[in-house]
Amino acid sequence: MKNLLISPILIPLITAGLSLVAWKSSRVQRIFGLLGAGALMVAAVVLFMSVYTNGIQVLQVGNWPSPFGITLVADLLSSVMVVLTALVGLAVAVYSIAAVDEQQISFGYFPFFQVLLTGVCGAFLTGDLFNLYVWFEVMLMASFVLMVLGGEPPQVEGGIKYVTLNLLSSITFLVAVGILYAVAHTLNMADLSLKLTKIAQTHPTLILTVAAFFIIGFGIKAGIFPLYFWLPASYHTPPAATSALFAGLLTKVGVYALIRVFTLVFPRMPHSFSLLLTLAGLTMVIGVLGAFAQFEMRRILSFHIISQIGYMIMGLGLLASNNPAARVLGIAAAVFYIAHHIIVKTNLFLISGTVKVLRGTYQLKSLGGLAASSPWLAILFLIPALSLAGIPPLSGFWAKFAMIKAGLQAEQYLVVTAALVAGLLTLMSMIKIWDEAFWKPAPEVLPKEGSPSSGPLTPRRLFLLLGPIILLAGLTVVIGLQPQPLFTVAERAAAQLLDSGEYIQAVLSNSQAAIQEFDAVRGVPL
Amino acid sequence: MFFFLSIVVGGLFAAGLYLILRRSIVKLIFGLVLLGHAANLLIFTASGLVRARPPLIPEGDLTPGTVFADPVPQALVLTAIVISFAVIAFAAVLIKRFYRTVGSGDVDELKATDI
Repeated sequence: MKNLLISPILIPLITAGLSLVAWKSSRVQRIFGLLGAGALMVAAVVLFMSVYTNGIQVLQVGNWPSPFGITLVADLLSSVMVVLTALVGLAVAVYSIAAVDEQQISFGYFPFFQVLLTGVCGAFLTGDLFNLYVWFEVMLMASFVLMVLGGEPPQVEGGIKYVTLNLLSSITFLVAVGILYAVAHTLNMADLSLKLTKIAQTHPTLILTVAAFFIIGFGIKAGIFPLYFWLPASYHTPPAATSALFAGLLTKVGVYALIRVFTLVFPRMPHSFSLLLTLAGLTMVIGVLGAFAQFEMRRILSFHIISQIGYMIMGLGLLASNNPAARVLGIAAAVFYIAHHIIVKTNLFLISGTVKVLRGTYQLKSLGGLAASSPWLAILFLIPALSLAGIPPLSGFWAKFAMIKAGLQAEQYLVVTAALVAGLLTLMSMIKIWDEAFWKPAPEVLPKEGSPSSGPLTPRRLFLLLGPIILLAGLTVVIGLQPQPLFTVAERAAAQLLDSGEYIQAVLSNSQAAIQEFDAVRGVPL
Repeated sequence: MFFFLSIVVGGLFAAGLYLILRRSIVKLIFGLVLLGHAANLLIFTASGLVRARPPLIPEGDLTPGTVFADPVPQALVLTAIVISFAVIAFAAVLIKRFYRTVGSGDVDELKATDI
């Protein structure tokens, strides 16, 4: 049963290998992609159930005792994130069957899709900082290729910006890891947590400097203000299925890494949390203002990703508060928000892709009349759009409600105001898409129906395009009507994150003697 | 030696940053290469330099003695070099493609996706 922990990494990796073997047959690759995503979903749910009932699961890879080997750890946050990854993977895998053209598949779309899932799951499950860096790189390398697959000029241009800034963020992260190893002689997160508590008392500025490196490195990946510029410049350039995958998963890995590092590795540092809280407020408002100037569906949605990242970071920033209840609620709200956001955002990008299939464009000015011609799509758009804006009874309402309640408990009125204003502006922005694309009469000169490579819209193809959208919209409604189960999970995950004792106990239970012996030989750090 | 290498790391970071701020896309890639080297050298230097004491355990002993070169930073740097090798290879192909489609190596031409 212990090997269950590594299966979310192995399943997509094996699927990627099998897809490579079937390089010549796009049909076989599609089937493998679907089967792999389904198997990942099963493994993720089983892992989550096991963590939920039995507590934190640990796997010492190669039986090297931690902190000397690489440790894989699944606590509630990790396992929830893996389930969400599998959900996005499954939805986009189904959608890809109908939406990704033969040319993309012949360039290796499916193998890289699976490698991306491998990297994301690895990043969520690792308990070692350098290993986290390696998984980040696996994920980035796959995303680089997917971003420019097909080689259209806008893709290459967006790709250069994406590659450059993500490389910079990796280098910043690597520098932080290097300094951390130099001061603490370990990179195991549980072990670091114990050692940094002591080092922070004697060398507070050094630890604060390293924390700043982590905020910059993960901040670029998560897309927080003022480090987000790569995101709206690149996310609208690849095909819809790829950008839905990116929008759902990539920035959230950055948010996850920030939450993990600042709840577990670093001791509680009010300064860095206050900084994160300020950045969160600015991210929310500036992201949503950026969306206002845009008239391309996916660019509007890209700016909303940034704005939404602000809400998640706000949950982390509320750790600056002295009120313990507000701290727990803040992190719980952040976890809930991530779950809601991944489902809704992936769905919105899938819908924009379907609009492109129907009308051949993302430009709001040339769209129109979709509510009359495809009322089913209009309803399916309204569910995630209103959820994103936080309209009850959809999932976004509860996510925003919990976050704002936590903000009020922590007496951070300024950031609460920013959250409310950003929510209102999000609603206006969603109404803009609704008005322009769905409600207004279609413009006189209709753009050509369907893009040249997309082929005819058979009922089977329509089912494959709409199936994942209906699944994700259904989940949004279910979470909205019945938020308590998810919120209970989020609260338990938050309690686990804020009391790192359980995590450290699970990882290092049999290693204390070995660590002392090692420190005696190697010399106690700083 | 520690002092000297610290200066080199600082110099590499400065040169890399300067290069990625230039308008030429080739210099952008070289800047990223230099920044990667700077990070690797920083890991290596910051973890402590030990001269001519490999982390090998003498025959009959159980520990390698008190002073020895830490193998972990070397393993980290080796991994990071391999990764950056792959990433830079990808970036080189990407700028070649960019040059073919745009016909110029000027970063200021990268404006179409921002409007």
